[in-house]
Amino acid sequence: MTVLEMRDVVKDYRLRNGLRSTRLRAVDEVSFTLEPGRTVALVGQSGSGKSTIAKLLMQLERPSSGEILVDGEPMPYRGARAAAYRKAVQMVFQDPFGSLNPYHTIGHHLARPVRLHHPAFSRRQVAERVLDLLRRVRLDPDFADRKPHELSGGQRQRVAIARALAPEPAILVADEPVSMLDVSIRLGVLNLLATLQREENLGVLYITHDLATARHFSDEIMVLYQGSVVEHGPADEVILNPQHEYTQLLADAAPAPERRLARHRQPTLAAREGGGQQPLG
Amino acid sequence: METTTQGTTQGSAQSSPQGSTEAAAPSATAERRPVTRKRRLFPPMTLKLGVGLSIAGLIVLFGLIGPLVVGDPSTVRDIGLTGPGHGFLLGTTQTGQDIFAQLAYATRGSLIIGVVVGAITLLLSSFFGLVGAFVGGWVDEAFSLLTNIMLVIPGLPLVIVISSYVPNKSIWLVAAVLAITSWAGSARVLRGFTLSVRSRDYVLAARIGGEKRWRILLVEILPNLIPLLASQVVFAVIFAILGEAGLSFLGLGASGSFTWGTMLYFAQNGLSLRLGAWWWFAPPGLLIALFGAALSLINFSIDEIINPKLRSQTRAERNRWGMSREQRQAAAEVTV
Ligand SMILES: Nc1ncnc2c1ncn2[C@@H]1O[C@H](COP(=O)(O)OP(=O)(O)OP(=O)(O)O)[C@@H](O)[C@H]1O
Ligand SMILES: [Mg+2]
Repeated sequence: MTVLEMRDVVKDYRLRNGLRSTRLRAVDEVSFTLEPGRTVALVGQSGSGKSTIAKLLMQLERPSSGEILVDGEPMPYRGARAAAYRKAVQMVFQDPFGSLNPYHTIGHHLARPVRLHHPAFSRRQVAERVLDLLRRVRLDPDFADRKPHELSGGQRQRVAIARALAPEPAILVADEPVSMLDVSIRLGVLNLLATLQREENLGVLYITHDLATARHFSDEIMVLYQGSVVEHGPADEVILNPQHEYTQLLADAAPAPERRLARHRQPTLAAREGGGQQPLG
Repeated sequence: METTTQGTTQGSAQSSPQGSTEAAAPSATAERRPVTRKRRLFPPMTLKLGVGLSIAGLIVLFGLIGPLVVGDPSTVRDIGLTGPGHGFLLGTTQTGQDIFAQLAYATRGSLIIGVVVGAITLLLSSFFGLVGAFVGGWVDEAFSLLTNIMLVIPGLPLVIVISSYVPNKSIWLVAAVLAITSWAGSARVLRGFTLSVRSRDYVLAARIGGEKRWRILLVEILPNLIPLLASQVVFAVIFAILGEAGLSFLGLGASGSFTWGTMLYFAQNGLSLRLGAWWWFAPPGLLIALFGAALSLINFSIDEIINPKLRSQTRAERNRWGMSREQRQAAAEVTV
């Protein structure tokens, strides 16, 4: 079991502008915990630092300060423990068109992580595991021989999910997994993710800028605004009682039936009560 | 390198249907697979590519077989300048040397230079362009600096200086000199492309998956660069053959061996133009032009895979976009 904890993590980017260099704080003292079986949604507008947090977790970037703890110990960056970490934490990318190598077949994309995870597997075992992965993301076995350009966006994203599941991770980071997909297939992919999350008891960091799906699919919601977490709590709580004004703005834009019902009820009541006086005013 | 990557993809692709217990339509996939693989690796067979390949193929064949069947190109006979016919297919030079034999040897010489320069350019440019961009950091800085220095060194003057410094030049030396002055351009092109591929999500995904760095470079990045590499090499070959012809024509080329350039040099020295001995200067000139054109045609075809927009922007291709003549007429009527 892997518990991942970010503690006061800061990430500064150096922007070189001729001779001057300015610092851009992409992530500002962010703390949260990811644990198996729970889905945490990370919501924020474009440029708020969501992907940077994902990159920090995937070791594609290092924190400028603060620390990331794995089971209470500092994140390992090299050696055997780092390799184990990389298997335990996997990621689904935003763009299904960029995350698969156009040169290789779907089978190759799935077979590589299986081989890396089980070096002792025979060719046949690897092939079986590939077919099993395809089945788990509801794709036909004959997709293994296809090239990415022969697949639709939704099918590609399913392949990307299967690839992320190949090393049998404990934590899955999904960076806007459906934002590049057609609206009609988004729900299918999200439902698939939710099912897999339940089946494998994954800890999921679901990055999105859509509060409605965040609420539906996650236990907790974190709202990121200009690099810092402005709101963090149980999903319903954050949606129904937004504290920070940015969250209120977001929540207003997102469909939340209860809140809208409540608001509808109040004006109509007010109208009924004051009904007699209105013509005078 | 190409073959190893191909081997692994094929391995993984083939192994999957075998292990399947419920592969519903293995025959259908087996039929489709070779088609898609071909489409990625080779440019589509167009008229351009066909013409280019056949001209280049014929010339290469001539360069390979010709020297084995013709006589000694340097044999001097006292028949003077003779026109075509009279026992000599392309006539003789002023000193009675068989021009057809010279042409065969010259073709081989020029092709050797082209191949050597192409190979060295491929090695140097992929090392400095690919590896530098992939490793990043100070290695990239150093490699870029070197590439840029090589790029701004004016090629031809340097070649002339080096050539005039060494009195007895072999064909290999000329090839090496040409290669050293020509790799930098393609290294830069490759570096730019590698930088863009390196940060694509599928490379990040491979890193996250725990792939080794050399494997990412060879298996994930390199195959996507093959068309670009091919086009750079073809260009380097054209450059080398033309460059060598230019050098030899100036009298700075390889001494004691035949190339198209040295043939032109001797033709010029022998006043062939003024004597109207077209059979002396026309064949090598024609072969240079034909070979250059053929390689350019091949290169255009490769460019079309790198940048499919080039293809879809010609009118012929637009017409092929699926509308039959009747459909087009119907569309025209509706719009009028
Ligand atoms: N490699 C980098 N160098 C410099 N600045 C960067 C780099 N990567 C990201 N940034 C900056 O950090 C900030 C956060 O970027 P990030 O990609 O995390 O945003 P995001 O929340 O994922 O946005 P989106 O919803 O558009 O994906 C942005 O202002 C971005 O310009
Ligand atoms: Mg992002």
